Amino acid sequence: MLPERRHFLKTLATTWVASSLWGRALRAAATVTLPFENGIRDLVQYPGKRKLIRLTSRPPQLETPFQNFNEGLVTPNDAFFVRYHLSGLPTEIDVQKFRLEVRGKVQNPLSLTLAALKSQFKSFEICAVNQCSGNGRGFSNPRVGGGQLANGAMGNAVWKGVRLADVLKKAGLDSKATHVSFDGLDRPLMPATPDFVKALTVEHANRPEVLLAYQMNGQDLPYLNGFPLRLVVPGYFGTYWVKHLNQIEVLDHEFDGFWMKTAYRIPEAPGSERTKPIGKMVIRSFLTSHLDQAEISVEKKTRLRGIAFDGGTGIREVRISTDQGKSWTKTSLGKDLGPFSFREWTCETTFSEKGEKEIWVRAESMASEIQPLETVFNKSGYQRNGVEKTKVKIV
Amino acid sequence: MITVAFAATAVATLNLPQETSRYIDGKNSHLVQAYCLSCHSADYVTTQPRGQPRAFWEAVVQKMKKAYGAEIPDKEIRTIVDSLTETYGRKN
Ligand code: HEC
Repeated sequence: MLPERRHFLKTLATTWVASSLWGRALRAAATVTLPFENGIRDLVQYPGKRKLIRLTSRPPQLETPFQNFNEGLVTPNDAFFVRYHLSGLPTEIDVQKFRLEVRGKVQNPLSLTLAALKSQFKSFEICAVNQCSGNGRGFSNPRVGGGQLANGAMGNAVWKGVRLADVLKKAGLDSKATHVSFDGLDRPLMPATPDFVKALTVEHANRPEVLLAYQMNGQDLPYLNGFPLRLVVPGYFGTYWVKHLNQIEVLDHEFDGFWMKTAYRIPEAPGSERTKPIGKMVIRSFLTSHLDQAEISVEKKTRLRGIAFDGGTGIREVRISTDQGKSWTKTSLGKDLGPFSFREWTCETTFSEKGEKEIWVRAESMASEIQPLETVFNKSGYQRNGVEKTKVKIV
Repeated sequence: MITVAFAATAVATLNLPQETSRYIDGKNSHLVQAYCLSCHSADYVTTQPRGQPRAFWEAVVQKMKKAYGAEIPDKEIRTIVDSLTETYGRKN
């Protein structure tokens, strides 16, 4: 069986010739090879973004090259991954005309401008990880269909906005309200394709960490991350973080749209045929200082560094192993930016022999959730969280 | 580019880079071109793992039709699935 290898990036400068009516132009298209079969991708720059790994172009799906996660704990806006489902994304947004509508089972339906949202409600900030449900799907063993991502469909940012609970309170929930659905400006191209709409229970919608965010890391949301407003659901997978959010509907029943009822489902229990909507993120950790196939000098003190996060209890401990899990060494945890954030870990190690080694990383949460050594397989390739094993060369 | 003009209006516009991905030429790939480009780019298909069996591509095409409403005539489905299996079902 193939050892599950963590992300390494090889940037090949391939050149290809593009010919046009006016002659020929030489263009350099940088590509990256993700460490799984059929993993060649273009590295492309999109509006408001640095060069990212393109999974698909229409609609855009871009993942963050893994070395970016070694730069700091907060993912810069221009490095943050992009994930759309439907090709009818807005190409123009007039901030003056933009309205957030709140309707359904409420006493006072609302239609709020961005300015009203900012002035009528108290603002809050929270540092939280947004991770795609299918992050790391390309490593699934066996392979499964869907977006073939390495581990770059995640990011950690400081989100600023107003509490969804405060807005719902202003609208006045009916006593029968049980669920709340969220729709953004993006639309399907064909009328028969289900619109992308997600839902939370009223109980969840009222939790204090759930925000309607208009800022990310001190700036307006990047266009491709949901400008001008998105739902932020700390601890939950990115599928709930609806972008370009403009419609909130309060319901007196469970929402049964395609993207809740049919898509984004996980087995109720491992291996079970019965499914439930995906929800809270499972615990994960990564080595970021050394990518797959990195070289490390023998008999020299080497600093290892990485990140860990879970679904919102916070990280208690991260351990590493350089002997295939026989022994584990505790690492030091860095600054605590809150329970929904990436947590940094570091440690120093000296390798005494030359040759190939694997560095394994394993995190434990405040709720004593521990990463399994291998990801528990599910046929949608969701919530990968087995111990990541990075191959390095001791030279 | 996000052009936010702070005059009377503030309009953000999005200009995406040109779509460059293409379906691979192969037997009956004209049907894939005809039925599989209206909703999304070709890279949705070309980035899938290679070497998958016919059942994988059968499931994809059925999902496009039943879940997403792709207008694919029933009589073409078999040929489209064959074409996808032959072109993308092989190992790289
Ligand atoms: C009516 C619109 C439509 C048409 C036509 C269409 N697709 Fe799709 N396809 C979708 C949507 C919507 C998705 C999901 C997009 C997402 O989640 O990013 C998708 C996703 C996919 C995926 C990714 C895997 C998955 O299951 O999400 C593959 C592969 C794919 N389509 C292949 C095809 C092929 C092959 C054809 C032609 C036979 C086709 N599509 C035609 C709408 C369509």
